[in-house]
Amino acid sequence: MTEIAQPPLSATPFAPATPAAPLTPPETAAQPWPQDRVCPYHPPAGHPSAPEDRPLTRVTLFDGREVWFVTGHAEVRALLGDRRLSADRQHPDFPVTMPRLAEQAIRPIPLLGTDDPLHNRQRRTLIPGFGLQRINALRPAIQQVVDELLDRMLAAGPEADLVTAYALPVPSTVICSLLDVPYADHEFFESRSRRLLVAETAAEAREAREELRAYFRRLLDRKRETPGDGLLDTLLADPAGTMDREELVSMALLLLIAGHETTSNMISLGTYTLLRHPEQLAALRADPALMRGAVEELLRYLSIADSLVRVAVADVEVAGETIRTGEGVLLATPEANRDPASYADPDTLDVHRSARHHVAFGYGIHQCLGQNLARAELEIAFSSLFARIPTLRLAVAPDEVSVKPGGTVQGLFALPVTW
Amino acid sequence: MRVSIDSDLCIGSGQCALTAPGVFDTDDDGFGAVRPGSEGGADPMVKEAVRACPVQAITLDEG
Repeated sequence: MTEIAQPPLSATPFAPATPAAPLTPPETAAQPWPQDRVCPYHPPAGHPSAPEDRPLTRVTLFDGREVWFVTGHAEVRALLGDRRLSADRQHPDFPVTMPRLAEQAIRPIPLLGTDDPLHNRQRRTLIPGFGLQRINALRPAIQQVVDELLDRMLAAGPEADLVTAYALPVPSTVICSLLDVPYADHEFFESRSRRLLVAETAAEAREAREELRAYFRRLLDRKRETPGDGLLDTLLADPAGTMDREELVSMALLLLIAGHETTSNMISLGTYTLLRHPEQLAALRADPALMRGAVEELLRYLSIADSLVRVAVADVEVAGETIRTGEGVLLATPEANRDPASYADPDTLDVHRSARHHVAFGYGIHQCLGQNLARAELEIAFSSLFARIPTLRLAVAPDEVSVKPGGTVQGLFALPVTW
Repeated sequence: MRVSIDSDLCIGSGQCALTAPGVFDTDDDGFGAVRPGSEGGADPMVKEAVRACPVQAITLDEG
């Protein structure tokens, strides 16, 4: 496994995601999933992505279970829109993809862990808060957060860890304001969120989760006494009373984590990736109108959500194979976003390309609720960072950055920069 | 050709308004909407918007 996960380094610090040479005879078990990225911006070379692995193949999870691994872009889109695949974490056959998720079935996970009609009911209460118009109206406020953080970073410079000084506080401040969660508590919830997401055991994940749940129980109790003006207050005031107390805690937890961890990883990993592609960065600086498309391309290229998980609740025929009822399915979004059938020269970052229809936000009914908030934050964060600090560069060798492990939201633990 | 959005299916992703902003908008509640006067669907980006919609909520009636 280690040999497969560590392809030899080529002249560039990181080899592109070329198929790994077959180190094992073809009749042996499917490749293990997940593996760690070697280059932070390429899917692991050991994940199946060769032409013969498309559009679907099988991988082996940590517990020995084999599941389908769908790498075809068209097939991933079709299957994410197919109701014969369930997102219900409480389904007895739902795959446990990581040890930390062993207790995922204990309590319902709202939105991303439910199917319609329950999912639809939950999502509809949240759609107005994340609508395109509402998010676009937030842009000046996001710009102000970004400007203040850059002022502070520049004043403390000329070096910084971009993750703690910028990539994390930008989305964290914004989601706190949107939900009306006190930003003063950010160190508490950021550290627990991170621990929850990279926990190696179920016990470690449980401890972080319960601390966060206790925090939200207290916060929501306080809001019942003294309402604020955020999305959590809107959910609390919901006259239909569609969510009970513990469901609200689960929802608050989900929104807070999804609202800061994902975008934070995109900001730091996107910055690293652009610094490693100076010609692309130069094009972007020369023509700021490219930024919107560049954000889509970075979303496609980086695909930080390391696959989406489902269980088949009926037999599904895909490309001559049959996914049987009860089988697990990984929709391999990073690999699907590198499908040469949908994107020419897919391993090349090209801010001029149309990355339209990428599946970095998923597809189907579960497509990311916060996608337009993420887009606004990323556009503003990258534009301002590179405009304000034209000499920004890495403060360490490119291969010295620490990459988050496979099977978690992909990104960097820290990004030392200087200017 | 007539273009319409099934509001029961719409999940407010905003993909239609991002892909074909001349034809689609989002309403105050975050759901997709066809801009008044654009129901004819003449804009070539409409088909891209149909493809971009994650829940196939956009209907193109060719009649």
